[in-house]
Amino acid sequence: MSNLGTVWGYRRENGRVGIRNHVVILPLDDLSNSACEKVAYSVKGCKAIPHAYGRLQFGKDLELFFRTLIGTGANPNVAAVVVIGIEPEWTNTIVEGIAETGKPVVGFSIERYGDFKTVEMASRKAYEFMQWASEQRREEADLKEIWVSTKCGESDTTSGLASNPTVGNVFDRLVAAGATCSFGETSEITGGEEVCKQRAATVEAGEEFMRIFNAYQAMIERYKTDDLSGSQPTKGNIRGGLTTIEEKALGNLQKIGKTCRYVGCLDKAESPKGPGLWFMDTSSAAAEAVTLWAAAGFVAHLFPTGQGNIVGNPIEPVIKLSANPLTVKTMAEHIDYDCSAILKGEMTLDESGEGLLEILKRTCNGRLTATELLGHEEFVLTKLYESA
Amino acid sequence: MIQFLIHDSQDTVGVATVDIKAGEGAQGLYMDSQEKMEVSALQDIPLGHKIALADHKVDDGVIKYGHDIGRVVAPIKKGEHVHIHNLKTRRW
Repeated sequence: MSNLGTVWGYRRENGRVGIRNHVVILPLDDLSNSACEKVAYSVKGCKAIPHAYGRLQFGKDLELFFRTLIGTGANPNVAAVVVIGIEPEWTNTIVEGIAETGKPVVGFSIERYGDFKTVEMASRKAYEFMQWASEQRREEADLKEIWVSTKCGESDTTSGLASNPTVGNVFDRLVAAGATCSFGETSEITGGEEVCKQRAATVEAGEEFMRIFNAYQAMIERYKTDDLSGSQPTKGNIRGGLTTIEEKALGNLQKIGKTCRYVGCLDKAESPKGPGLWFMDTSSAAAEAVTLWAAAGFVAHLFPTGQGNIVGNPIEPVIKLSANPLTVKTMAEHIDYDCSAILKGEMTLDESGEGLLEILKRTCNGRLTATELLGHEEFVLTKLYESA
Repeated sequence: MIQFLIHDSQDTVGVATVDIKAGEGAQGLYMDSQEKMEVSALQDIPLGHKIALADHKVDDGVIKYGHDIGRVVAPIKKGEHVHIHNLKTRRW
């Protein structure tokens, strides 16, 4: 037992612990969104996750697509899955991938049946899964079994000062206790890459980070239409007091605290191979990044924001914290944790970390987050290049 | 009342948490040690902007979060505003 205490979660067939109990109706492709939404309408409580892709993808882009969809269904926050696709072959690829977790999953293909018949068959299965899932019971689990990811958004100076270091304080505690955590945002580390490299637990992990970082720089070089030196930091950043790209990157890196070190690097939507802190190669666009972490098996996300990013995810609860008093006041319904007292010198980072850890535990135990209550379910697949 | 915060004991700048006026004896707090310090502000420092905690020469580094965040391009006196007019990235 770690010193973090326990929470009440759903222990899945493969031993992982989830904090939500979703029955997901997962479209293989854009064409099947409509059928999935009809099933979710017919059977109360289950959740369709529509998206824009799944046709004529190939190569690495197709591999990432499969990994993301399978990972989403396999996430321990999901109790059971109904997959619907236009044709049976790729549908079965997703079903078989999810089935490796041991959870209930079944697939339907629309060709030879049509929407009406498919929706009827899939609804009957969703009904069965939903009733079964409703009898699953939460059980006590060590907090370190909860995989936690982080990224920030709409950052301002309050992010680097208080909300990012608050997450860092929590990450230091979680990782020290043996939890599995992840950070990413490859592009946002520009200017702080040497510092990030030094935060690796091993030489190999640091070199792997630099390889990923350099590949990102080369990609920007290939597609950029102007010199990024004029836009990083942004005009808004500069107005807020940020002067250099180094300063901006170091503010972002406050989310990994002071002591914890990453043990390795993950490709997009790739699951960690063991406990510890992991760097994931992600976009810095909020919905894309959180979707990738959810697909990698992370079950709770800590999201510090300055100006008020409102992103959520359909299966991984996103916990919002802000130290900007104006954001906390004007966008109260989007914020789960207010750490603006740090700015007044009325709360220490340790106290703020303690408070956020408490909100994380309550969220694990079932407390709905602001994004869940507001229905923010942004599910955005990362596309590497155009379809055939 | 606290008017600026300092992330790390090695930092050479603090960050204003309120608008600081020139001439004020501004109160700062080290976030790691919780120790307090005072700096006479020589210029207005807007909320979120940096105040120098020491004199800096041209080509010195400015330290924030315990790390170098760029190169000094115009001399900075303790208590002055540190921003794009006297600090530049080392990258570009």
